[in-house]
Amino acid sequence: MSLIDRRTVVDWLGIAPFMIFALMFLIVPTLYLVTGAFFTPDGSFTFKNIADLFTPSIMSAYWISIKVSVASALGGALIGFFLAWAIVLGGVPAWVRSGLLTFSGVASNFAGVPLAFAFLATLGRTGLVTVLLRDWIGFNLYSTGFNILSFFGLTITYMFFQIPLMVLILTPALDGMKKEWREASEILGASTWQYWRMVALPILWPSLMGTTLLLFANAFGAIATAYALTGSSLNIVPILLYAQIRGDVLHNPNLGYALALGMIVITGVSNILYILLRMRAERWQK
Amino acid sequence: MKTSKILAWIAIAIGAIYFFVPLIGTFEFSLRMRRGEYSFDAYQSVFSDIQFQQTFGFSMLMALFTIIFGMLLVVPTAYWVRLRLPQVRPVIEFITLLPLVIPAIVIVFGYLRLYNSSSWLPFTGSVGGTNTLLVLSYMTLSLPYMYRAVDTAMRAIDVRTLTEAAEILGAKWPTIMFRCIFPNVMSGVLSGAFITFAIVMGEFTMAALLNRPAFGPYLQLVGANKAYEPSALAIIAFAITWLSMGLLQLVTRFSKLTPSRP
Repeated sequence: MSLIDRRTVVDWLGIAPFMIFALMFLIVPTLYLVTGAFFTPDGSFTFKNIADLFTPSIMSAYWISIKVSVASALGGALIGFFLAWAIVLGGVPAWVRSGLLTFSGVASNFAGVPLAFAFLATLGRTGLVTVLLRDWIGFNLYSTGFNILSFFGLTITYMFFQIPLMVLILTPALDGMKKEWREASEILGASTWQYWRMVALPILWPSLMGTTLLLFANAFGAIATAYALTGSSLNIVPILLYAQIRGDVLHNPNLGYALALGMIVITGVSNILYILLRMRAERWQK
Repeated sequence: MKTSKILAWIAIAIGAIYFFVPLIGTFEFSLRMRRGEYSFDAYQSVFSDIQFQQTFGFSMLMALFTIIFGMLLVVPTAYWVRLRLPQVRPVIEFITLLPLVIPAIVIVFGYLRLYNSSSWLPFTGSVGGTNTLLVLSYMTLSLPYMYRAVDTAMRAIDVRTLTEAAEILGAKWPTIMFRCIFPNVMSGVLSGAFITFAIVMGEFTMAALLNRPAFGPYLQLVGANKAYEPSALAIIAFAITWLSMGLLQLVTRFSKLTPSRP
């Protein structure tokens, strides 16, 4: 073996531990499920599992999941955008900016089971807000059909980590908006509205769209909050998959693989679009 | 005052209400355990619960192992890629981002099918094996954060010069790794460690499906069975997240203050 060859071999051996780890605990387990989705339990190739995803009960689970994820992503993106705009361009004091960014770092990581507890204690039947609304202004929140254990309740809860994530990702994008663009458009006689509609938003939209997609994928894969909040009463895909792993509720292990494949496809597509939009967004932010 | 400034304050006010009301609500609820007056009874009940202590300790231990083994995997890899294999960097970066794309529940589903007690590598066949698999699953979950933190820290140092200098002085690779590279990327290692700690302490899906007595599944169990303790636990969990993120910010700020190398 020549010297160059040996060096190449050593070079590649250096990342072997990482590659073995990634293959064994990330890639192969995922591929196992993906391929399993195309086989019957006794090992022959089939599209039946995929077709079975389109039965009403599974479709409704995907549909609720998509609705919750879209709603919490849009809500999170909208409020997060205004907050990021307020701290970057709104002229608020510096301590508000650093305070909000620090808090966002914490809140975007505050998910899972405790987040569900927090919203139950606030908007549950005996939660603080529910009680105060009833005692102070005689307004019974629950008589309006509101329920924290519902689509709307889950959406509001998810926004607690969606908004901060939007703030964290969008603040640098807004920081990258050059003062000269604003000045140039003002000199040319543009109003604030025209500046936003014709200059700022066209530059920002890849960031906005991309981050919204990221929030969507973020909500779509989440399970702990929903499970702790609603138990299994709200039939979203991750909870259905959880029940399937626990006790084969679909009575077909390979249909479970197809369910997982559906999740990967949805989060995968939104992440790929996010990356593409991000690359587009970076063109203006050099 | 300008309209934009008023609008900005309105946005901040809405955000503040949305973020603080649930925290205040949770705190208030956690004090309600004694009838008619506020008390810290719920916290007392939580802290004296033997299961709380056990699951909390278990998750701390898992977090510690995750951080140690995660860093032993990530730091040498990031170092090696920068030094010898810059051409595979995009591939490695792509792999480290995959855990953000593939939901945790899908990954653990794959584990349960591949590494169950009747498979070729029966991780879940024994308690020790399952704990190992849990640590490995946490390493997977925290990979995006660890790798990015370490790689960012490594960008600030000249890996090649450091390595050559150490080699000229006669250092062997363990010395280079642990006495040159690790200390120089300590800020990255620490920020990765804190975020990993926050993730592992609250993690539910992996631990629940691998049937391990971790803090996340314990939280869920308490939530399903008790009234006031869940709020106290939510406040405790929030404090843990706040603590790890606060330490993380401290580390980042501190590392920015140290003069960068030319």
